Amino acid sequence: MPRTVTNDAAPEIASSSPRPSVVEVHDLTRRFGEFTAVDAISFEVFEGEVFAFLGPNGAGKSTTINMLCTLAHPSAGQIRVAGLDVTARPKAVRRNIGLVFQDQTLDDRLTAQENLRFHAVLYRVPRDQVDARIARVLELVDLSERRHDLVSEFSGGMARRLEIARALMHVPRVLFLDEPTIGLDPQTRALMWEDVLRLREEAHITVFLTTHYMDEAEYADRIAIIDHGKIVAIDTPQALKAEIGADTVDLGTTDDVAAIAALERDGYRVEAVAGGARVYVEHGENAVPALIESVGVPVLNVHVHQPTLDDVFLHYTGREIRESHAEAIPARMRARFARRGR
Amino acid sequence: MSSVPPHSSAVEGPETVMRDELRTTGMVWLRELIRFERTRTRILSGLIQPVLFLIVMGYGMAGLVGSVEGFGFKKFVFPGIMAMSVVTTAIFSGMSIVWDREFGFLREMLVAPTSRASLALGKTAGGATVAAVQGTIMLVLAPLIGVHLTAVLVAEIIGLELLMAIALTAFGVFVATHIERMEGFQVVMQMLLFPMIFLSGALFPLNKLPGWLNVITHVNPLTYAVAPLRQVVFAAQHMPAKARERFPSSVEVFGHTLSIGTELAIVVAFVVIFIALAIRGFSRTE
Repeated sequence: MPRTVTNDAAPEIASSSPRPSVVEVHDLTRRFGEFTAVDAISFEVFEGEVFAFLGPNGAGKSTTINMLCTLAHPSAGQIRVAGLDVTARPKAVRRNIGLVFQDQTLDDRLTAQENLRFHAVLYRVPRDQVDARIARVLELVDLSERRHDLVSEFSGGMARRLEIARALMHVPRVLFLDEPTIGLDPQTRALMWEDVLRLREEAHITVFLTTHYMDEAEYADRIAIIDHGKIVAIDTPQALKAEIGADTVDLGTTDDVAAIAALERDGYRVEAVAGGARVYVEHGENAVPALIESVGVPVLNVHVHQPTLDDVFLHYTGREIRESHAEAIPARMRARFARRGR
Repeated sequence: MSSVPPHSSAVEGPETVMRDELRTTGMVWLRELIRFERTRTRILSGLIQPVLFLIVMGYGMAGLVGSVEGFGFKKFVFPGIMAMSVVTTAIFSGMSIVWDREFGFLREMLVAPTSRASLALGKTAGGATVAAVQGTIMLVLAPLIGVHLTAVLVAEIIGLELLMAIALTAFGVFVATHIERMEGFQVVMQMLLFPMIFLSGALFPLNKLPGWLNVITHVNPLTYAVAPLRQVVFAAQHMPAKARERFPSSVEVFGHTLSIGTELAIVVAFVVIFIALAIRGFSRTE
């Protein structure tokens, strides 16, 4: 029977809800003996969005993504991906998802095209569509020029982009990226994000990714913050930041005591910090002129701070994300390096 | 809450499934050939070792063993060394799964929505083809040894090499699926490959061995694959009766000489067992 691959020309996603959900997770739990790695989490991923799972190492990110991808069995709960029950129909699910792992899974003795062709056959891309798909996915990640080059000649960033292209060969409903930028330099990370965002624009692909980089999570349409196996917050980056409160404006003046007194008199929420006064306001940048007028004494410096996802994470988990895996990254990068060097 | 429907849905006829699985096997097979073709050094080094053995055994031992009416040890050992080349390449190819695991590509195969049997069969077919090619390349040395080749003989040799290679590649796949680390690979080579080759009749006749060694050679699958190869080569040579006596090529069980058909049947039985083990090993691999 003929099968067709469409989707690249999918209709614009209507902004009005209800949006169709591609991933539905209900009370998902995974236990390893006494330890509960994932603790009864529920969430949905809507079609066409970039959804980020943000959390420190060991929070349950990889365990969750593995269960969504049929690579690990849930201890309890339900998962539906592309409308299919993950436990009951793992093969059908895998045909509908694209996977990019933390560690490279390319054959570096093959060319980019050969890697893609191999994938196309294993994922049952109809024979007459293979060439067109190869051209299309290489174009999406900007590797068309390198089509006939051996993967062993690729840089780490190019290899990662080729893996993303490969994961798109069979036109998946969802693209799963597990820590896609780990081990890449900042510039390459930025490039990779351009690719991911372009996929959403051009191919209308739904992306589910895990990361522990705050700045990356900012790119996502929605973020779930996971800690100790539980989702502690889930929303758009803007909403999450808005939730934890106002901007802060730090003012350094010639007389801080007088400045604080003046600001309090004008009804501002103020506290003394090292080097000046900290004022809590709605829109920090717009409030600056009024604040300077209010203090009455000469202002030496002004610093406006808007809440970041770091603050959000700190707010929900009581610690900074960097503390939790300061050592984990270099160790993993080292392992990766050792692996690739031959 | 509405859901997005899946594409390429489950309703597929058995022919479609079968065709897709065959395509998978073919693709895995092709990958092995591409990789083989790209590693010229491996092809070359695969040729050096047998040539070395041929010089050591064929020329070095020839003086010791002597020749019977112009039929020397070189000619005896040539088919054996060809078999050795096939077997080594086959096991190496099968066990390249250990490398696939180390460099991540195994995961790409294992998570694909395809049957593990198709993957194991593709890997076996690919490795076996490569091994048979490597063994056949050795035939360029035949004129130097004085082994006379005919078209029929070459066809027979290739057929036997393929059979032998399939058995040993499947065996290699099976072993590799039970090895987690690279170090295990060396151990297996030392403990399995070399004894298998040395005690198969490839390098010396098996008829005058002590009893306990005799038992080992008879449970060695390779014994039954080396014998037919030597028999077809000998059949195409001018070989005096005395030489046949001096350089026996058949396997004897309880004083009873096995026919080439029986030997082949035993090899085929091993092929079936090893392929079954390879598929099972692959299916259980994470």
